[in-house]
Amino acid sequence: MSTRIVLHEADIARALTRISHEILESNKGPDGLVLLGIPTRGVTLANRIGALVEQFGGTAVPIGSLDVTMYRDDLHRNPTRAPQRTHIPDGGIDGKVVVLVDDVLFSGRSIRAALDALQDIGRPAAVRLATLVDRGHRELPIRPDFVGKNLPSSREERVNVRLNENDGSDSVTIEGR
Amino acid sequence: MSETLLFRGALIEGTQAADVIVDGGVIAEIGPGLSRAGATVVDADGLVLLPGLVDLHTHLREPGYEASETILTGSRAAAAGGYSAVFAMPNTSPVADTAGVVEQELALGEAAGFVTVQPIGAVTVGQKGERLAELGAMADSRARVRVFSDDGFCVWDPLIMRRALEYVKAFDGVIAQHAQDPRLTEGAQMNEGAVSAELGLAGWPAVAEESIIARDVLLAEHVGSRLHVCHLSTAGSVDIIRWAKKRGVNVTAEVTPHHLLLTDELVRDYDARFKVNPPLRREEDVLAVREGLADGTIDIVATDHAPHPAEAKACEWHAAANGMVGLESALRVVQQAMVDTGLITWGDVARIMSREPARIGRLAGHGTPLTEGQPASLAFYDPSPRRTFTTDDLRGRSVNSPYLGRELPGDVRWTLHAGTVTVADGALLDAPGVRA
Amino acid sequence: MRHLLDTQTLSREDALRILDVAEDMADTQQREIKKLPTLRGKTVVNLFFEDSTRTRISFEAAAKRLSADVINFSAKGSSVSKGESLQDTAQTLQAMGADAVVIRHGASGAPRTLATSGWISAGVVNAGDGTHEHPTQALLDAFTIRKRRFGADSRGRDLAGVTVTIVGDILHSRVARSNVWLLDALGAEVTLVAPPTLVPQDVSGWPVRVLYDLDEAIAAGPDALMMLRIQLERMNAAYFPTEREYSRRWGLDPLRLRALGADSIVMHPGPMNRGLEISAEAADSPRSTVLEQVTNGVSVRMAALYLLLAGADDLSTDDPAPTPAKETTR
Repeated sequence: MSTRIVLHEADIARALTRISHEILESNKGPDGLVLLGIPTRGVTLANRIGALVEQFGGTAVPIGSLDVTMYRDDLHRNPTRAPQRTHIPDGGIDGKVVVLVDDVLFSGRSIRAALDALQDIGRPAAVRLATLVDRGHRELPIRPDFVGKNLPSSREERVNVRLNENDGSDSVTIEGR
Repeated sequence: MSETLLFRGALIEGTQAADVIVDGGVIAEIGPGLSRAGATVVDADGLVLLPGLVDLHTHLREPGYEASETILTGSRAAAAGGYSAVFAMPNTSPVADTAGVVEQELALGEAAGFVTVQPIGAVTVGQKGERLAELGAMADSRARVRVFSDDGFCVWDPLIMRRALEYVKAFDGVIAQHAQDPRLTEGAQMNEGAVSAELGLAGWPAVAEESIIARDVLLAEHVGSRLHVCHLSTAGSVDIIRWAKKRGVNVTAEVTPHHLLLTDELVRDYDARFKVNPPLRREEDVLAVREGLADGTIDIVATDHAPHPAEAKACEWHAAANGMVGLESALRVVQQAMVDTGLITWGDVARIMSREPARIGRLAGHGTPLTEGQPASLAFYDPSPRRTFTTDDLRGRSVNSPYLGRELPGDVRWTLHAGTVTVADGALLDAPGVRA
Repeated sequence: MRHLLDTQTLSREDALRILDVAEDMADTQQREIKKLPTLRGKTVVNLFFEDSTRTRISFEAAAKRLSADVINFSAKGSSVSKGESLQDTAQTLQAMGADAVVIRHGASGAPRTLATSGWISAGVVNAGDGTHEHPTQALLDAFTIRKRRFGADSRGRDLAGVTVTIVGDILHSRVARSNVWLLDALGAEVTLVAPPTLVPQDVSGWPVRVLYDLDEAIAAGPDALMMLRIQLERMNAAYFPTEREYSRRWGLDPLRLRALGADSIVMHPGPMNRGLEISAEAADSPRSTVLEQVTNGVSVRMAALYLLLAGADDLSTDDPAPTPAKETTR
């Protein structure tokens, strides 16, 4: 089993900087943005991106978390997971541009669940998706708006994202046969 | 079956080895180094020879509850357990409160032929506790009833109990009391104590048994009667009997095998196999009744064999019936609780499971000495194996045993009823005396 | 979690997990759309052998808010009243596709018998069995105490050092029993107050203090005072002489309410006998948590159903935690 580092700490920092600029560019500024990270590491990334967006855009942008456990379509196939915190910032999501933030985009099912969850919470003006890594193998017609790195992979390989706040260091690795 | 049997090397009541020749329904010879032409030789090396066991407290369910057991199936279960005689409790349907019913039971027992079935007569009509049944008629009948009981129910009315105690003196009868104050045990489900407090099951306090025994021994003393106490279960009851005997009261007491081994902790899973009346008690009570049995305060072991159909036990606790089958397991449990713990000897076992029950019940021909000329009602028991008790060990119609899945020592190898073989080489015969 | 039968065998970890998931469930109940798709396609059967509209409706609401299908089976007038056994009733429901059975039964131990019998494969939730346990009630009580104490910061917290006094018919109360075990597991200190006739004969092994005097208990300043409903039938079995005497000695009247600390909460599992064990003033005071308990009941029951049904069959041990059975030494 071989492990390969795909993104080092500096690569991650650059990717997040670029994503933050792209978000501001596509939204024509920071107004109306709400960042919602998908636990666990999506929340960390949302916090980092939020700080960068505030730095580049000049205004603080609401940041929250959106747990999708209750909306997954594959619950019965896995051991029960405890749900994580969903925190919708004051001001809600009605009429806002919600940017979902996740660490790895794979089958797309988590994002589908996130869209269902958003629907029960309110009515955003638009929903965008930012992901640090897109490793392909989509099972649903879902595409990201902002990508840190496109990472072609085979299904059997494992993509691991480590972030300082969660794991003590920053890296993205791929583990294969 | 007129087969002459020569048992070689049995341990007579667990002590010295000897050979035993059974011929013509009696012990023809007993001693070392015997031989007899034409006799079938059985290797009894290592087997303990006991007089055929006598159970003073069995529920055979016939007439009326044949779905649980019949006199035939119950007799077979008894023989499998090393018994040659059982006393059948009268809580049948109709209740055994007349000469007619007890004679019928006797006839059915004789037809079955595996053990001597001695009917017990009810104390009161229908066991309702209101009027005395025709105790004299039952005593004079072919069934020659000497033991009377309303078992299942307590003879609660003190006046009725007094009269019953007095009345049976006329024919050397004895009242066997099921000691349970009904007012203190209304709706009771299990022993009242720490476990019942946690489980939310209504309690059956020890004092409900002890207060009745205390009253009855005083009554028996006052009117000069014999008294027998059924299935004694608490430490306090042992103390009362000890006190009464010291005073010279003519009282005898029995304990069940399950009260010698099991405690109310087993109720925690609400498994209704452990639901019984009187209920399983605390560890202190188990130790006290063991001690009482060892020192003679408690005179005998009686099974209170109580068969029930599956649906009466495979349900929620509250809806389940009280009772456990016990004939097949009795000797093994007594070995586990009393012999292997060093509390009693096999000689004591002969006394408490054969001699004394026969004497209390005034049953001739059983619990007799192991000497020449005495009836050959015998049990040959191997104390050495240890095996898990399963439904394969049960021979009656019902399987409500608390020992299923539990390891118990011992194995009944041969049972004889007045010279007729009922269990041969560990296997219960299909018909008494008929061996393949 | 395969079954939820009691709090006596519920570990501190499992209890906190249920309470924390209940927080998440409570949050969703603040949204405009209170439903979650989580248990879609699952069937929950309410198997109620005892009348209880409140608890049944609470479980029904919980199941429906998780998008499960609900079947209500009430024993009155059904085949059970004609003598159908628990086994046959349960297996009939299983044959109809029940994934979970919420059972309320008059016989202590019936849920455990159902769960261990092998008659059904569905998960079993005890909604109250005889005088034994009512685990979801204790969980919603603990949730309520925690919420009042820690507010939005409740997640992950236990009740260490919180003092709870439970007043009433302890002997016949499954709510009391479940609360004793759960509160102890969460670190709270429990005091029981009752007439001597309504305390079980042997509670020496319980992690509680027992008092017969309610005024003495209130003077000790409990953080939570939980009043239990008194059943008037008990009067006929000589547990206490009259309603009046019971209320006078063990009722939460206005005087006692004033003596209770300003920060103490007053709890009642309902339904209340206003004027008997609890005065109207106490029941309606801002310190009363009676209505919150009802709301929290739905969140807690949603959590219980979620943890029971959402995941695959546990790969670890499925059986209910074995109860400690000590026997005589050989």
